[in-house]
Amino acid sequence: MIYYKNSEEISKLKAAGRIVNHTLRELENWITPGVSTGRLDVIAEEFIRSQGAIPGFKGYNGFPATLCVSVNDEVVHGIPGRRELKDGDIVSIDCGTILDGYYGDHARTFAVGDISAERRKLLEVTEKSLYAGIEKAQAGGHLSDIGHAVQSVAEEAGFSVVRSLVGHGVGKNLHEEPQVPNYGRPGRGLTLKSGLVIAIEPMVNEGSADVFTDQDGWTIITRDRKASAHFEHTIVITDKGPEILTNGH
Amino acid sequence: MAKQSAIKVDGTIKETLPNASFKVELENGHEVLAHISGKMRMHFIKILPGDKVTLELSPYDLSRGRIIYRYK
Repeated sequence: MIYYKNSEEISKLKAAGRIVNHTLRELENWITPGVSTGRLDVIAEEFIRSQGAIPGFKGYNGFPATLCVSVNDEVVHGIPGRRELKDGDIVSIDCGTILDGYYGDHARTFAVGDISAERRKLLEVTEKSLYAGIEKAQAGGHLSDIGHAVQSVAEEAGFSVVRSLVGHGVGKNLHEEPQVPNYGRPGRGLTLKSGLVIAIEPMVNEGSADVFTDQDGWTIITRDRKASAHFEHTIVITDKGPEILTNGH
Repeated sequence: MAKQSAIKVDGTIKETLPNASFKVELENGHEVLAHISGKMRMHFIKILPGDKVTLELSPYDLSRGRIIYRYK
């Protein structure tokens, strides 16, 4: 059952989205070689609570932390801990908040110190693919137009998109219908209507698209251990086109 | 946080339909229409009501699936 949001709900989702964006901006100042992923988690939780919101991931299906911190070959859902960031790492930070009962969901991959040209390209392409996907989120279009745009950008650059994880609807629950895959042929699936709020989140791998789940039951890692990047925005589809709810405005 | 896509799920055959189609009840109670994969047809793997099978679903249309494995 897909739930379309009214303008009042959208402004609440926007308020939650703004806090997530500000949290990631705050964290950006802390991402340097030597900082532990657990430290980032503490900073994020304190910041979110100081804004009057609640961490959205903590306790979700048993996830133990505020942030998903996924370093290098970890795709998503990495659990923060003692691991220290090193110069040349790339670190994906996925964060969610609940404000007034509504969720915000946003992620970015950051460079730690100086990174290789190949990794820099991976980050650029993944971010570009996200915006290509957002551009296709037009009322009257189809759900798979989004995935097709993401896939085209990523594969043209010689990378691959993860298929076993998808974007999702956002609202009073972190994961709502519909599922938003990052691949597909255009013109398939649900017809997009204004009021639909979804999180578009391309996960792009340097090597093959194959992934597996680590023994901790959460962390998703690339099968070939090559790097992976992840960018995510929560957006709403309006009659005037897509609007990003997690860009900090 | 990314959602785990329901690409592979297990279910039980409820009814056999023409053209090697089946009605399958998933573990979560949903019922989907599934057809048998070409590789299983080639190897003449027979499927009867009550069999436990693995399906592959498309995230774009969760009401249809493709049977890729029959448990012994």
